[in-house]
Amino acid sequence: MSERRGSDVAWNRRKFLAATTTGIVGSAAAGSASAETLADVPAREPGADLGALSARSTYVQIGRIPEAGPGRRNVDPADAINSKAPLQKLVGAITPSDLHYERSHSGAPDLDPSKHRLLVHGMVRKQLVFSVEDLKAMPAISRMAFLECTGNGWENWKKADGNLTVQNTHGLVSTSEWTGVPLKFILGLVEKETAATWMLAEGGDAAGVARSIPLTPEIVDEAIIAYGQNGEPIRPAHGFPIRLILPGMEGNLNIKWLRRLKFGDQPWMTRWETARYTQLLANGKARQFQLRMETNSVITQPSGTMQIRPGYNRISGLAWSGHGRIARVEISTDGAKTWQDAQLNLPALPKAQTRFQMDWIWDGRPTKIVSRSTDDKGNVQPDRDSFIATMGTNALFHYNAQQTWSIDQAGGVQNVLS
Amino acid sequence: MALFSGAMAFALVSSAGASDFGRPATPDEIALWDIDVRPDGKGLPRGSGTVARGKQIFAENCAACHGDNGVGGIKDRLAGGQGTLASATPVKTVGSFWPYATTLFDYIHRAMPYQAPGSLSVDDTYAVAAYILSLNGILPAEGQLDNHSLPDIRMPNRDGFIPEPEFSGSRK
Repeated sequence: MSERRGSDVAWNRRKFLAATTTGIVGSAAAGSASAETLADVPAREPGADLGALSARSTYVQIGRIPEAGPGRRNVDPADAINSKAPLQKLVGAITPSDLHYERSHSGAPDLDPSKHRLLVHGMVRKQLVFSVEDLKAMPAISRMAFLECTGNGWENWKKADGNLTVQNTHGLVSTSEWTGVPLKFILGLVEKETAATWMLAEGGDAAGVARSIPLTPEIVDEAIIAYGQNGEPIRPAHGFPIRLILPGMEGNLNIKWLRRLKFGDQPWMTRWETARYTQLLANGKARQFQLRMETNSVITQPSGTMQIRPGYNRISGLAWSGHGRIARVEISTDGAKTWQDAQLNLPALPKAQTRFQMDWIWDGRPTKIVSRSTDDKGNVQPDRDSFIATMGTNALFHYNAQQTWSIDQAGGVQNVLS
Repeated sequence: MALFSGAMAFALVSSAGASDFGRPATPDEIALWDIDVRPDGKGLPRGSGTVARGKQIFAENCAACHGDNGVGGIKDRLAGGQGTLASATPVKTVGSFWPYATTLFDYIHRAMPYQAPGSLSVDDTYAVAAYILSLNGILPAEGQLDNHSLPDIRMPNRDGFIPEPEFSGSRK
């Protein structure tokens, strides 16, 4: 019986293939391709050989988008300064490592871990050099944490381009499980002097990216010198063989390809904490050392450039906060007039992205959908007007205003300011 | 086989010192990597350079990306923009935005030129920094810089920054 059914299906497949190869692709052939009846579902057959790695299905089109700056998308990779994660195609809270957003200042170096070293010096009693093997032999922890480039959201500071997807507007945030040595353990080994209140972290990339990190109790407690990402060695684009992880703090502080930690009693005022990652306010003054990533959320489904139909739609998205755990996400489907609680996919972990969702029946009339998150410290994601009133439109970094998607009569979803 | 025995030897050395991670860093090797410079000048290597010499070095190493005179290139604009920070179209350059001249030395020394960071000598690094400051009217055309004079330069936007209270408690 099963044999005969199999041969019927095989016959149908042959007919379909013949139709397509001879160029007669009518509606009947298209019907076969989308398997309208179970008879059209391809027969079971032996699959690919087992290999060293599991590739994605050839039917899945998913990837990051390299860009060179606000509005400069799909550029030659040689000109790109970052590469955005496809939030609209992700369905959970974890970002696969090869889709984790990337921001690099002089490319991703190819570092040989056997030759890589971490120098720890400055205001310490013991100036030490560690190999990667040394670090892997030390006590370790793992935790989930999001990383977010401070430029995330920068497309919408001054205007909203209606052609943008959520990957364009919010693709500079991702979440991984990070494994490594607690910074605290290293501080004990080198016997940091109590007067040392700042730490310079420097990367082994060509730019030698370096940031001054204030040694607050929170940072000392939570910082990790990580060698693992989602259960495997960190990939080169994300800092192989070792990087700093500072949960909740701006992406640039989480120095990749870490090779030096120096302790001191004041910040070094590197280019990245003066000229670059500072936020220019309307009065011409700039906020500096605004290191914590703010309470944020975005609806990823439906989102910019998608098409929806009247009736049932599931709204889903991601929320995160550098202050702690996401406690609540509310969704408005009437342009921020009324709000309903979304369901959170548990566990909602501190300083990690949390997936939220809500059922929605769309009546077919034009409207706007928007999400706002609240963290366990009581911080509420601001609406755009109050956010701009505080930050102006020149800050370039640390944009966390509520994201609004408009929906037109035909169900087209578009990026708008509010 | 040679590789295998090498790995074994390494494993034995590691386990012998397992209770004592890492090894002491020697002063000579620290000096190789200890390149950071603070606003008070700590970390600046001894050396000097003139604006005139910097103009030459800049034309050879920097103008291709930053443009002649630090304006109009494909990468960051380095000069001008003073007085624009509170406008709708602020122009952030070394002259209009950077609060410390020491950062200029640190950055050129560690990260520039983009394709060959660290290839400029210490004196040439002072010279390029002097030239960029002259483009911004901060040093005269006949000026020069050295490790003593650089930290004393007061940048136009020195007081333009508001450190976040949460993270500035330990600042001096």
